[in-house]
Amino acid sequence: MTVAAAGDALVRISRASFGYDGTPVLTEVDLTVHDRDFIGVVGPSGSGKTSLLRLLLGTERPQRGEVTRRPGLTVAYVPQLETVNWNFPVTVAECVLMGRTRRTLPWPSRAERTEVARVLDRLGIGDLGGRHIRELSGGQQQRMFIARALLRRPELLLMDEPTSGVDVASRHDMLHLLAELNDEGVAILITTHDLNGVAAHLPQLVALHGAVIAAGAPREVITPSVLERTFGAPMEVLQHLGMPVVLDHYDSPLHRRDTA
Amino acid sequence: MIAALLDPFHYVFFVKGLTVATLAGGLCGLIGVFVILRGMSYIGHGLSHAIFGGFAASSIVSINYYLGAGLWGLASALAISRVTRGRRIGADAAIGVITTASFALGVALLTIFGNKGPSFDAALFGSIIGVTAADVWALVGITAFTVAVVFANYRGLLFATFDPDVADVSGVRVARLDALLMLVLSLSILATLTIIGVTLVAATLVIPAVVARMLTNRFSRMLWLSTALGAVCGFVGMNLSYHLDVPSGTMIVLTGATLFAVVLMTTGGRRLQRTARLDPRPEAVTVAG
Repeated sequence: MTVAAAGDALVRISRASFGYDGTPVLTEVDLTVHDRDFIGVVGPSGSGKTSLLRLLLGTERPQRGEVTRRPGLTVAYVPQLETVNWNFPVTVAECVLMGRTRRTLPWPSRAERTEVARVLDRLGIGDLGGRHIRELSGGQQQRMFIARALLRRPELLLMDEPTSGVDVASRHDMLHLLAELNDEGVAILITTHDLNGVAAHLPQLVALHGAVIAAGAPREVITPSVLERTFGAPMEVLQHLGMPVVLDHYDSPLHRRDTA
Repeated sequence: MIAALLDPFHYVFFVKGLTVATLAGGLCGLIGVFVILRGMSYIGHGLSHAIFGGFAASSIVSINYYLGAGLWGLASALAISRVTRGRRIGADAAIGVITTASFALGVALLTIFGNKGPSFDAALFGSIIGVTAADVWALVGITAFTVAVVFANYRGLLFATFDPDVADVSGVRVARLDALLMLVLSLSILATLTIIGVTLVAATLVIPAVVARMLTNRFSRMLWLSTALGAVCGFVGMNLSYHLDVPSGTMIVLTGATLFAVVLMTTGGRRLQRTARLDPRPEAVTVAG
């Protein structure tokens, strides 16, 4: 990631270290998110992806280093589906309307109702506004949270594992939707563990494992040496139609037994 | 038959008690929605016990019951909220430690110094005999304040209850709303304690909200439904209390429990799943990278 000039970045993390109860999670991390960036953060479980999101969001502060934001920056966050209480009594429209917190009156204004309907229509779930949130598929649930985020008209959209738990078709739709939003000027940063299905399709990647192992275009980050340092296991990388494809090279004892 | 049912309405003490029970039921029903959706059903039980410590302390130092017990209850609620937000200790454990210690302190103080305030038994099991005009006005004031708090902060409370982390980064002042909710919860328990009793007040917070959750999937509808069900339980329970000569708190809770059983049976039990706070989301295909 290049270091931006002052005022050029939306958010800049500079030499930030962070941990819980004395256990370091992130060490000396540098990351800058510019206007219109579309960044994927890849790394195994426990590599510090969620902590990095928390630093970007401002819900956690680094113990060393600093995080600076462009004044007045509007950030929206889409959580992991696994963390949501799906038994909560809200309809899709009610959930999306949570993106509007400034109005004091409990009920939505006519303009808000129109805007919610427009955003839901745009995301292809316009006819589901009256449904309970649990009645949606994984892909539709993810779209609902994106709709809630868009209602805030964000300059930066942060998403935690947006394709986790959704089917292949929904994953493709999601990537197209995010690309569209990015084209419209929204900077996007997502975390993902899906190297082939998601990361390889993004313009910029950051490989994270407690520290930034590598950053740049997929071709520069999805390499055997970077992946081995990031995931702690050897991986083979092939090129297919100009895109890197990762093959898991793990030497399984089960496989050895089968082929013996 | 009708004459017998209307008979207690000739007594001022009953009408006063009925008014308080109906209002208290509605108030607890309203607050109970937030309590059960935040997975803190145990807090009503715990806070009522904590407030009992304040009840004993205010009795001994001869200060106003509402002031002394209210401040004590609020301090306990904020302590629970703070410990819980730290995430090292779960809400149930925090409530268990803080509130039972407060209750034990109350019992110790009353044993050593004796009771100089409201009846010990009334505080434990509830009674309509001791309801004064001041109690009624206090409850009316607290109910109006609570409704105003919920109305003015509806969107923030909804978001912070559904997803506090995302609400926090979306401009909702979650810590302030949590404190406000703890304040109205403490005040509600305080105002209903003498009529429903320490040992039973938790049920008036939980039962109407659980029944309402079984009946609707919409938050706004759940709020008014739970409030209405709480008020109905208070009204019916108080009448039954008079006719059966059983303590008021007991009959209010039993009325709520009967309502819960009826709804459970008529909805086939499947809707009880809705009241589980966290549950695996619907099946979806996970695609490995």
